[in-house]
Amino acid sequence: MNIYRAHILVCNGEKCNSQNAQAIYDEFKTQIKKNKLEEELTVVQTGCIDQCSQGPVVIIYPSGVIYTMVRIEDVTEIVTEHIIRGNVVNRLLGGENINLDSVIKSLDQVDFFKRQVRIALRNCGVINPESIEEYIAYDGYQALAKVLTGMTPEQVIEVVKESGLRGRGGAGFPTGVKWEFTARAKGDQKYVCCNADEGDPGAFMDRSILEGDPHSVIEAMTIAGFAVDSNQGYIYVRAEYPIAVKRLNIAIAQAKEHGLLGKDIFGTGFNFDLEIRLGAGAFVCGEETALMTSIEGKRGEPRPRPPFPAVKGLWQKPTLLNNVESYANIPAIILKGAQWFSSIGSEKSKGTKVFAVGGKIQNTGLVEIPIGTTLREVVYEIGGGIPNGKEFKAAQIGGPSGGCIPASHVDVAIDYNSLVQLGAMMGSGGLIIMDEDTCMVDLAKFFLEFTADESCGKCPPCRIGTKRMLEILQRITDGKGTAEDIDKLEILAKNIRVSALCGLGQSAPNPILSTLRYFRNEYMAHIQDKKCLAGVCKSLMQYVINAEACRSCGICSRVCPAGCIKGEKNVPYVIDQTKCIKCGACMEKCPFKAIYKNA
Amino acid sequence: MSACKCNAHLDDPRAEKLRQIITKYRNTNGALIPVLHEAQELYGHLPIEVQKAISEGLNVPLAEIYGVVTFYTQFSLMPKGKFKIQVCMGTACYVKGANSILDKLKEKLGVDIGDCTEDGLFSLDVCRCIGACGLAPVIMINDEVYGTLTADQIEGIIRKYQERPV
Ligand SMILES: Cc1cc2nc3c(=O)[nH]c(=O)nc-3n(C[C@H](O)[C@H](O)[C@H](O)COP(=O)(O)O)c2cc1C
Ligand code: FES
Repeated sequence: MNIYRAHILVCNGEKCNSQNAQAIYDEFKTQIKKNKLEEELTVVQTGCIDQCSQGPVVIIYPSGVIYTMVRIEDVTEIVTEHIIRGNVVNRLLGGENINLDSVIKSLDQVDFFKRQVRIALRNCGVINPESIEEYIAYDGYQALAKVLTGMTPEQVIEVVKESGLRGRGGAGFPTGVKWEFTARAKGDQKYVCCNADEGDPGAFMDRSILEGDPHSVIEAMTIAGFAVDSNQGYIYVRAEYPIAVKRLNIAIAQAKEHGLLGKDIFGTGFNFDLEIRLGAGAFVCGEETALMTSIEGKRGEPRPRPPFPAVKGLWQKPTLLNNVESYANIPAIILKGAQWFSSIGSEKSKGTKVFAVGGKIQNTGLVEIPIGTTLREVVYEIGGGIPNGKEFKAAQIGGPSGGCIPASHVDVAIDYNSLVQLGAMMGSGGLIIMDEDTCMVDLAKFFLEFTADESCGKCPPCRIGTKRMLEILQRITDGKGTAEDIDKLEILAKNIRVSALCGLGQSAPNPILSTLRYFRNEYMAHIQDKKCLAGVCKSLMQYVINAEACRSCGICSRVCPAGCIKGEKNVPYVIDQTKCIKCGACMEKCPFKAIYKNA
Repeated sequence: MSACKCNAHLDDPRAEKLRQIITKYRNTNGALIPVLHEAQELYGHLPIEVQKAISEGLNVPLAEIYGVVTFYTQFSLMPKGKFKIQVCMGTACYVKGANSILDKLKEKLGVDIGDCTEDGLFSLDVCRCIGACGLAPVIMINDEVYGTLTADQIEGIIRKYQERPV
């Protein structure tokens, strides 16, 4: 590897790419060539840097200066000013690291990163994911070497157990214990699987790891193979993630070429091979037994447990299945030790968790924080608070299987147990922030639409039950609900919880129970007063023209697709409520802000 | 509608490619889904003739293949548009107003979810989170992602594709 004076990292994540990051990368290459700096500098395309709201993002090392919202025209200035003359281009520092008169913050000083501890994401946005050399330069494959040349499978399992790592895919089962079960299971053939189906809408950490640091997952799976005595692994990736698949394929080929995967790894006689299998768009396939059924080439329907996968998994053989983020922690744990890992986090939950923070919040992106960090820190310090001066209302965590944490509990320390107590769950780490404009009944309906649609149909409680719950919610948001509907919802929810076959059905009622617990008043407002306080449910609100503010310009009438706004010069316009389709086009276009929503 | 892909007759040159795909996977465990993925890439969708050919090639009952194709949302029995519009309906996008984007697309294209415009140019679908939540609301047209959208940008985006040389 060459040694360079500086590295220019250009984010190549999905979001930056949609804003021309590829062209910016090319432009840097051209400019550097033009200035004959190829020997001194290198330009690297990285995985997502997690400053998505600020993209495209460019970072220059060794100083760690971050340039945000970079446009192709800015490249010349960065090269001539920063690279050649050594002056930071203040104009592009953007967002919160602007501090014109004194210090310029580097990456690890920005609030967004300062509170983070990056273990699973350690290499994301730092190395070039398509270069095994760079991964190796950052201690890559050292953990595998340590395991294969100096540890027994029992010792490996002991380290993982002692670290206190719990599964990051949802259920939070202790990883070391799962490895031990699989290791003890008897069978001529065992399999190691990686769950990269990432179905929770709003979560994208697994994608970032696969796109930004694919080797860490490959290394960890090989270690797992050694620990449980398996020589074949499968990575099940959603088909919606083509870049992740491409990078994994490249990484697997490189690892094989370097003798780090395949036959006789490190000359120790240990064999381990990996195959990628694509999902085909079914949420239920994230559930472990359904995932294995899908790898077998069938409809991805779950199977009853027990037998657990550790005993009878893929093709009825003992199978270890872990999530991407769980695996990404493993090499660090092996290298730095169980003590180091368990010193991070809270009493009962060790290490860090990656959250995908999104919704109505200033800084969106991935944050990796020690477990036990409070929600307040995430929302206000890392996330930068709620935009447009609105109030924080609640955070939705755990996706369609999870629940809400209302503003009154913003000081909760986020860990597996505290969330369950509040009726939510860690889930895969989607964290959607909502402000006063979100209707909680509508939100519950949104998740029920999701689960009803994704229910595989095998067991009646889930297939029929989610449909019935959805119908009741539809009724309530249409303003046709009755007080009994809430009782019906609660009875259905409790029954489905205990009788559904798999986690999908068992957790489907959670969004309803959680919103009922904290926002029952909103349900009541929909039912009794026929009002949607947030002004979201269309049947319960009207667009109204304020006669005093109206200047009779007629713009609203022209944009109205239903043709239901009438008026004349000097006479205020009026919306015919019987014809209005509530699209909101008039309000958007009114130059005098004379149209408002009447909830 | 000259290049309509509906008539996937097996005497066209794609049939030979399909045979190659089937041969490639014949000895793989759990071959059906990878074969369906590649077949769909070849034909754009999975008409019954293609399923029959796969059934014979892999020696899997047609009913089972049909069951798998209809189980997974990525597999389609119907042809899709030249430009496949997918509106993300993940949580982040939903909270940020994906509905108004979808309504606008329906209005401008005159089609409902799952349908294809008459000229075969656009098909409209909703999809699960595509992992670009930081840019919500997001739509994807083929492989291109459009983020931080507002409803009034839709018309311009559609026009851009209509004007593209075919
Ligand atoms: C409906 C449903 C969907 C799931 N989706 C995912 C997923 O997308 N990714 C994931 O890693 N785990 C998912 N899980 C959890 C898996 O079943 C399993 O517990 C997990 O992958 C085990 O890995 P871990 O112990 O490393 O967390 C899902 C579970 C259910 C019930
Ligand atoms: S919710 Fe739309 S990209 Fe994630």
